[in-house]
Amino acid sequence: MDPALATPAHHSPLTDGHSVDLNLSADTELQLIARRARRRLLRMHFERKVGHIGGNLSCLDALLALHHRILRPEDSFVLSKGHSAGALYITLWSLGLLADADLETFHAEGTLLAGHPVPGWHPRIPVATGSLGHGFPVATGMAFARARCGQEGRVFCLTSDGEWQEGSMWESLIFAAHQRLPNLTVMVDLNGLQGFGSTREVASMEDLGQRLAAFGIPVLHVDGHDHLAVTAALRRPGSAILVLHTTKGAGVSFMENRMEWHYLPLNAEQYAQALDELSEDAVAAALAAGGGR
Amino acid sequence: MRNSFCQAMLARAAQTPQLFFLTGDLGFMALEPLRDALGERFVNVGVSEQSMIALAAGIRRNGGESWAYSIAPFCYARPFEQIRNDVCLNGLPVRLVGNGGGYAYGPMGGTHHAIEDYGVLLTLSGLRVYVPAFGADVAPMVAAMGAREEPGYLRLGRSEVSDESALPAYQRWRCLLEGAAGLVVVAGPLAGKLWNAWQARDRADRPALWVLGDWSADDQELPAALCQAIAAAPALAVVEEHVAQGGLAAWLLYRLALAGVACPPLHHACARGYPSGRYGSQAFHRRECGLEADTILEALRAAAGLPASALAGPAAQSVAV
Ligand SMILES: Cc1ncc(C[n+]2csc(CCOP(=O)(O)OP(=O)(O)O)c2C)c(N)n1
Ligand SMILES: [Mg+2]
Repeated sequence: MDPALATPAHHSPLTDGHSVDLNLSADTELQLIARRARRRLLRMHFERKVGHIGGNLSCLDALLALHHRILRPEDSFVLSKGHSAGALYITLWSLGLLADADLETFHAEGTLLAGHPVPGWHPRIPVATGSLGHGFPVATGMAFARARCGQEGRVFCLTSDGEWQEGSMWESLIFAAHQRLPNLTVMVDLNGLQGFGSTREVASMEDLGQRLAAFGIPVLHVDGHDHLAVTAALRRPGSAILVLHTTKGAGVSFMENRMEWHYLPLNAEQYAQALDELSEDAVAAALAAGGGR
Repeated sequence: MRNSFCQAMLARAAQTPQLFFLTGDLGFMALEPLRDALGERFVNVGVSEQSMIALAAGIRRNGGESWAYSIAPFCYARPFEQIRNDVCLNGLPVRLVGNGGGYAYGPMGGTHHAIEDYGVLLTLSGLRVYVPAFGADVAPMVAAMGAREEPGYLRLGRSEVSDESALPAYQRWRCLLEGAAGLVVVAGPLAGKLWNAWQARDRADRPALWVLGDWSADDQELPAALCQAIAAAPALAVVEEHVAQGGLAAWLLYRLALAGVACPPLHHACARGYPSGRYGSQAFHRRECGLEADTILEALRAAAGLPASALAGPAAQSVAV
């Protein structure tokens, strides 16, 4: 059993010092957590002058829903889109499984918090990822071994949409479907953008959901920024593919749906504007208006 | 070097009507001019490197000239069997271009490093590797790769010399510095690091510095001047941002042995993976592996039986192999 999956040794930095109304619905609480997580994610990337922010923001809500609401000690998670390591580190921080001091080492000399997850140091990072098209096949192997050895626990995996251009993804999907794995849930961060163009322009896989459904594993379409919807879809027992409809750069107006934010670091002015958009006031206003994120 | 590469490809594309350039979803904010010049013959194949290499082989089989580009590990490691079978076994002169040789992708982590690229590729007969040391090497290398009817792999990095005007123009073998305190053979941008550190030192007090730019498993001859200089040197160091296995040292020493050149004591400064299990910038990983000018100089002096130089601080103590 993963020790870090048990109750965290210290309190979550998101509830420490903040008054969180315990009567809030789960969705509202996660919205609050997500706003603060976004701010912390931007700060971490700004302080270290690091890019890959767009794809981090598109999957952050789903990672928070999964890690806060679903994952049990016997479950595992593989971040197949390894370039969103930042979102994973922030999620672990939001659970109290990484400290502020850890986040300060992001991309620094001698770090374990590299730009893509490196192996061997955190139970929620079972394997190194970063080369696209590896994490999902490895997750499939983990699920297969569990199923055949009668082990408890489900395996969750987060992939990107561009990643489905890799043949290894489809080879593993054939395997997972053929073996009728009962315990594998794969999420697809369908943000429509990749490294050098939109997925539609580069090598369209539309309609990806339909193509995936042809393999016989249930496919669920979910708003990837709606925590309740993602949580509900993840709760569903058995194997499934969750197509998360997302926005690259979600939550920061000038980043949304813009390819350059796959690469660019934030300058001071942009950082200030992004924080403005995610300020406590903006959070309160959005929550009062019943808005997402 | 990415911009020099883009310029060099533009020049080649202008004289090569059947040139196809394939990228595995990389090149944003760098290769747009080439995309605009090539039109439909510039193809982003998507994140699918294995098929990219096979496609490049098919294009070549059909008479086109094909270049395939990605971050280095996704260019040689992911599609290795496509390179072996579709390119080399078929004898098709496909050109591969990997950006970010060695630890250039630094804090991105091990998946993005290319520290065994040319070693792996040089196991394939007929393939030549090109490792530019300086920005100005890229254009002549692209021209040479295009002119040679053989598969090639270009390992791009970042030039470490701000003003390259004092450096000799590209040749396979270049002597960058004369010196009496041993001889260093280096490949890649580390050459610039060493040149920056040593060029102002007295000749008596610095090693000779030779840089190799392109080589293949089939090359047997070494320049006579290099063989003589090595035989006369009190110690030899081979410096490369690549693991020892399959590296430049093994390639060179084998050829020296065949040529009957007696080799002086050797120091090999090379990539050693992740000794501390931690990650950082390219400079961090080089430091962990002893790939720094001072460390190399002291190791070379030690190998030659010379006393440590005034430079030697605690950080500069290293082990010779
Ligand atoms: C095998 C491999 N090829 C190329 C890359 C470089 N790369 C990193 S992210 C990316 C594409 C980004 O688009 P997508 O996969 O859709 O991710 P997201 O939009 O979620 O950021 C590419 C090509 C890589 N990491 N791995
Ligand atoms: Mg995408």
